[in-house]
Formats: sequence, structure tokens, C-alpha cells
Amino acid sequence: MNQLKIVVLAKQVPDTRNVGKDAMKEDGTVNRAALPAIFNPEDLNALEQALSLKDRYGATVTVLTMGPARAADVIRDAMYRGADGGILLTDRKFAGSDTLATSYALSCAIKKAGADIIIAGRQAIDGDTAQVGPQVAEKLGLPQVTYTEQIESVDGDKITIRRHIEGGIERVTTTYPVVVTVGSSAPACRPRNAKCVMRYKHAKTISEVQSLEEDYYPSLRKERDYLNIPEWGVADVDAEDASLGLSGSPTKVKKIENIVFQAKEAKKLSGSDDDIDALMKELISAHAIG
Amino acid sequence: MANFFLENKDLQLQLDHPLMKKIVALKERNFADKDKYDYAPVDHEDAIDNYKKVLEIVGEICGDVIAPNADGVDKEGPRVVDDHVVYASGTAENHRMLTEAGVYGISLPRKWGGLNFPVVPYVMSCELISRADAGFGNIWGLQDCAETLHEFASDQINDEYLPRVCQGQTCAMDLTEPDAGSDLQAVMLKATWDEAKGTWLLNGVKRFITNGDGHISLVLARTEEGTTDARGLSLFVYDRKHMAVKVRRIEHKMGIIGSPTCELVFTDAPAQLVGDTKMGLIRYVMALMNSARLGIGAQSTGISEAAYREALKYARERRQFGKPIIEFTPVYEMLSNMEAKVLASRAMLYETARFVDVYKAYYHISKERKLEKEERDEMKEYNKLADAYTPLLKLFASEYCNQVTYDAIQIHGGSGYMKDYPVERLARDARITNIYEGTSQLQVVAAIKGVTTGVYLSQMNKYESESYNGDLTPLHETLKQMKSQYETAVGFVEERSADNSAFIDFHARRLVEMAGNIILGYLMLQQADRNGCSCSSCVDYHAAANIYIKAGAAKNSGHFAYINNLTAEDIAQFKID
Repeated sequence: MNQLKIVVLAKQVPDTRNVGKDAMKEDGTVNRAALPAIFNPEDLNALEQALSLKDRYGATVTVLTMGPARAADVIRDAMYRGADGGILLTDRKFAGSDTLATSYALSCAIKKAGADIIIAGRQAIDGDTAQVGPQVAEKLGLPQVTYTEQIESVDGDKITIRRHIEGGIERVTTTYPVVVTVGSSAPACRPRNAKCVMRYKHAKTISEVQSLEEDYYPSLRKERDYLNIPEWGVADVDAEDASLGLSGSPTKVKKIENIVFQAKEAKKLSGSDDDIDALMKELISAHAIG
Repeated sequence: MANFFLENKDLQLQLDHPLMKKIVALKERNFADKDKYDYAPVDHEDAIDNYKKVLEIVGEICGDVIAPNADGVDKEGPRVVDDHVVYASGTAENHRMLTEAGVYGISLPRKWGGLNFPVVPYVMSCELISRADAGFGNIWGLQDCAETLHEFASDQINDEYLPRVCQGQTCAMDLTEPDAGSDLQAVMLKATWDEAKGTWLLNGVKRFITNGDGHISLVLARTEEGTTDARGLSLFVYDRKHMAVKVRRIEHKMGIIGSPTCELVFTDAPAQLVGDTKMGLIRYVMALMNSARLGIGAQSTGISEAAYREALKYARERRQFGKPIIEFTPVYEMLSNMEAKVLASRAMLYETARFVDVYKAYYHISKERKLEKEERDEMKEYNKLADAYTPLLKLFASEYCNQVTYDAIQIHGGSGYMKDYPVERLARDARITNIYEGTSQLQVVAAIKGVTTGVYLSQMNKYESESYNGDLTPLHETLKQMKSQYETAVGFVEERSADNSAFIDFHARRLVEMAGNIILGYLMLQQADRNGCSCSSCVDYHAAANIYIKAGAAKNSGHFAYINNLTAEDIAQFKID
């Protein structure tokens, strides 16, 4: 068996888990400046699946992320945890992409990079669509296994995967190349590794190097090619402009409403008929049910 | 989630200390490793950045894993199954995470898989981990055993054992026996050379052995039949794979419950000799004990930090009489004194660690090449300072740790007495720090040499001669007065003890404490001098130094009066027949 090539799809997202008052702007869009940019949590679960395969079978693990220059942080973070390298898919023409245009761009990049197994987090905590993984599979014409808890084994051209389904688990065996999406019930990602951090901390994209006031370690990046994180634009992945960005995105946002929960989160009820009656009436009047 | 390193600016500042430049240069041998290992630093800034980034990993694991596990570990504890130790589940997870993070072997050379960090960042990791779970701090801190092997064992032993430590195998130091506690000269566990098997065999019992079922154990044993003192003792390394040591029981302790304290039975346990026979206690264990005492300094500081933070948080949240209790004078007085003790412990901890770093780096260089005379002198000087500061650190940090956790409960009031808040566990964990690795009373026995030989005085003079910012002059003056008062007290006691040695024994602790209050006071003054920032997110070092030094001056005056007033007859009355 040739060495497995694994591509992990990862996204840098605003940390929506600990939102403060200024998390949303007046117009109802996310105020990215107020929220720290983090590695999308389920993409970390995806990365762990890839690294675990690398431990067991040997593999090269490449992280693919689409985003602005600062998204290179996600690639470095993955390298600190054991990934071999990454690709930053970045171009002004990608801006404004919805899930369809994003999936198209990613699938073009995957075609160029080549992959036996493509692993993605189930969904990102900013959009929460869970569409990109499955759409990438469709664009590439590959089978997909969603809600993965554990990639159990790779044997010949077969891959066996345990899925988390309602009320139990399902074990699926399929051929690869395959797209796998991983949920948060999968094992957490391993921590950053000390030696990997020291080895890869100088890894940068060309844009990052250019924006440095002074490049302290140019000779290192010359001698150690893995310190140069590739940046791919539209032309590099042979994508068509029309399918990218706003023009490639059929999703149109009609209106965004900022909802502020007024009530306290928890309410204690006694279970008496009166309490249940009052609750029913409250829920009906709030249009929560009925 | 909390990152224990990033949220501790006082700790981070220690990496900016002027002496770090020398330490990094010595440890990295002018960055020779960079062409051999792609994770070795290329210059000083790169090295310091490495320490910070790795401590950031440790700090994250502390905040996200070890600290949240601490309560469960305290309740579950380790247990014995089939003569071997099974860790509490939280302990096992802590250990697994740190192993995956590749931080074990943090101070060992790269050729064995280590990170080659100096003592300072290693001690920082000990402090961070102890803040999260002091009991787990012991399992982590037993890496000191690997350092002892690195210093004294043959290449063949090091090649066999050190890579395993870097892969996360744990260590134990098997010294204490039922009849050999503080007095290790009485160790009786027997080592005999078996000609047929071509190995040393160990037989006997060890007691109170922390992590006694670790993979790699350093064992103090008697090789010289018929001897009864230190000269008959040698040091061995035992590999758990032989399964010749049984864990008879785990002690039921008051605190640090996650750390298994074992009674061990050795039955024909094969072991390898470390270094030379008869040097076990005299040389190797003494070195190991000094590292361990530095480790307890770190552990104490970590527990103090945790207790102070808990108390501060509670005092801000808890309202009585219509306002947060932190606004009441007795509460904020306690908190500010606690903070000063935490900062002083830490200042002393890293001052000592830096001394250790310099002399150990020279020691290891001396195994590769002959040192120049200048280097040899410097090694001796720093070795002397490290030896003088280590017992003082252990004494002060561990006693402060007990005081800070005591006050942390007090600030919590009745709630602090309940198991619902971590301060109760912290106070139980703190209680061992001034007992093990040499009680406070034994630290005084070691530290009094610093008083009588004048090492402490010359350090005071050195600190005194440095120049400080103008606004610190009054504190500088106070310390000068404290020094002259100390000199008078020492002269007085020495004069009296010329014909009555009970005198110096009786006042030893007071003299050592007086010296400590001055030395730690100077370290606080230096920090205030170096860090003048008074913004709200920085520590107010000026205020902390003022609080600490004024309290120290008052304590020293009390000691001084007591020493002056006590006659030989008074002292005789203390004696119990």
C-alpha cells in the first residue's frame, strides 16, 4: 500500500462559544474583531482522526484551509499537533463565498493536491451549516461518510468507519478516496507537541514573510522547505471565476435579526398540575409551541 | 479556558531576568545543536521564545485538564491492584496529555530525546503543574531522578533510561525506610552482587516512596556489609520491567492524594549501580535532594498561587453587609500579605533556580572539556550560592504556602471549611511541603551555615551595593537597617554560643528567618526596580515590596528583641527531660 495521503479541511472561525455583548454588529453580522479567531472545534476532531491514521498506518497529513492571510494560524496549529504541512487557499476572488462556492474552491484544491482520504469537521461554529464536507464529496464524485466517531481501519482499498447515529452507532465499510466528516463525539485532538512547536514555529506563508518588518530567520526558511506554507490562489487550482465568491454563491441573505434572550436560562418547576398548566400557557403565548 | 502560563505575568517576567542570557548561552553551547536538530534554537531570543511556547502548552494543559481533574483525583486517589499501583483516572489522563505534548524530559539533552531546557523553565513547569494539582506535581517533578542519572550515571545507563523518561516513563526515588527517615544514614535495604547472574540484587523494604511503582527507580541501598553509616550506601537504578518489587500498600494521606505514597518490598530485585559504590548518600542523594528541595519550592509557590487566586476571587464575589468582603480592611490586608508572600516565594524560587542553572551547565561542560580557571571559579561560586539558597527557599516557600492556604480558608469563612471549595484541598496539600524532602527544622540546620559562613551577609552586601530607582530609597534604607540589626544579632549569638552551643541551636531558626526576610526583601526591591509599570494588569511591585519589606522589618525586630532578652537560664528551661 502506498503511503496514505490525507487532507484535512479546517476553518478559522470566530469563537462563538464565549460571546460577549459586542459579538454582533448593529447590522446583525458577526463582529469578528471582538471574538478571538480559533481552530473550528470539530475540525480538530477531524485532525485527530487523520493523525491517528498516521500513527497506525503512516500517512502524510496536509491541512487545507481557505481564508485570509491570518488563517495560516490554523495551519501552524495543525503542524504543532502533528500535521506534516498545509495549504492556504487565499485569493480576493474567494471573498463572499457561500458553502457552494467554498466547496467548489476546496474541491479544486483537493484535485490539485491529491488525496486518499479527505476529513473535515461536521460543521463550523460560525455558519453551522454542515454543508461543506458533503458538497466537497459531491463535487469530487466521492462517497461520503458523515457523523464519524472513529475511523477504525484502513485495509487494502477498504476503509471502515464508525458513525454516531441517533440511538446508537453504525459501522460502514467503503472504498477510498472518500470524504469523511467528524462530529464532536469523536476523540478530542491531541495537544500541541513541544518539539513540533519548536520545529514549525517559523513556518510562514509568503504573504506573512512579506508583511514582516524584518525577517529574522530567512536562512532557515531557505534550508528547511517545510517552513514555507504554500499559498494557492484561483489560478493555482484552475478554478473558474464564475463559480467563486459572490457570483458563485446562490445563497442570498434576506435579513438577519439580532435576538437577545430576555429570560433567564433556567426555571425550576415543581411538577404540579398548576405549574405545568402555567408553563403550557407561557409556551403557547410565546409561540414556542402550538 | 485558563492558560496558567499566559495569565501569570509575574512568572513570565522571570524569563527576562538579566542572568538568563548567560544561562541560555551556557546551556546551548553557543547554539551548536541547531544544525543537528531542527527544533533547537538558533539564538537567545529564539531559545526564550521556545521556553515560552512550550510553557504555554503546559499552561494550557494545566488550565484545561489537570486543574479540572484535581478534585476528582483528590476523591478517587490511586489504588493497589495485584501488587502494583493504578493511578486515579484523572492522574492517568494528566500524564497522558503531558506525554502526548512531548514535554517530559524537558531538561534532558536532545541526544536522548529531551528538550534541553535550563532549570528555570523546568521549575516553571513544576510550579504551573503544582498550581493545577500539587499531587500530580510530584509525579512530574520526579524527572529530577533522570537529571541525577544524567549527572552521575554511565553513558550506557543513560542511553538505556533517559530516552524512556522523554517518552513519558515515570520515576521514583526510593530512599526512606521505616527506620530511616530524616536520618538516611540508617538505610538498611541490602544490595548484594550476584556473581552467577552478573547483577546486583536488592532485598528489603522501603516506605513513604512517592510514585513507588514508577517505571524507573533510584534506590539507596547498603552495599558494604557490616557498615551502619553513610559510607556503606550506594545508589542503584531499578527497572520496573523486572517485576521484583511489590507495592504492599499505599498510605492514606491528608493531602496530595493523587500522588501514590508506597510501601515497597524488594525481593531479589536486579539493579544497576549508579556511579561508584559508597557515594550513594554522600554525593548522589545529596544532589538529588537539592533538586527535590528546589522542586518543593516550586510546588509550594504553585499551591500558594492557587490559594491566593481562589481567595481573591471569593473576596470579590462574596457580599456581606451590603458590599464585597474585599472592601473590608482585615480581608484586603490578608490578601495583600498573601500576594506579597507569593511574589517573594517566586522571586526566591527563580533566583535559586538561576544559580543552579549556571553551576550545573558548567558541570556538564566540564565533562566535555576542561574548564578555564575563570569558569571553574564561577561554577564554584554559583554552586555555593545554590547550596545556600536552596534550604532558605524550601523553608520560606513551604512555610508561606501553609500560611497562604490557611488565610485563603479564612477569607472563605465557613464555606472554606467545606469540601465545596478548592481551598480546603489546597490547605491539606500545603501541609506536607514543610515536612517532606527535609522538614523546616532540617532546612534551618542546612541554612544556618549560610549565616555562620557569611554567605548570606555577602549576598546582602552585594544587593545593597546595587543602585535602585530614587523612589525606592526609603525601602533600601530599611533593608540596610535590617542588615545591621541582623549582623548584631549574629554577633551576639556567636559570642554567647562560644561556651554554650545550645545558644546557636536555639536561635538558629530566628537567625535564618532574619537573613531570609532581608534576602527576599532585596529580591522584591530588585523586582520593583526593574518593573515600574503601574497599569492595572501588571503586578504593582512597588506596593508589594513595600508591604513585604515592612512586615519583614517588624518580624526581624521581634526576633532581635527575643534573642537579646533570652538568657542561658531561659533557654535551659525549655529543655524537657
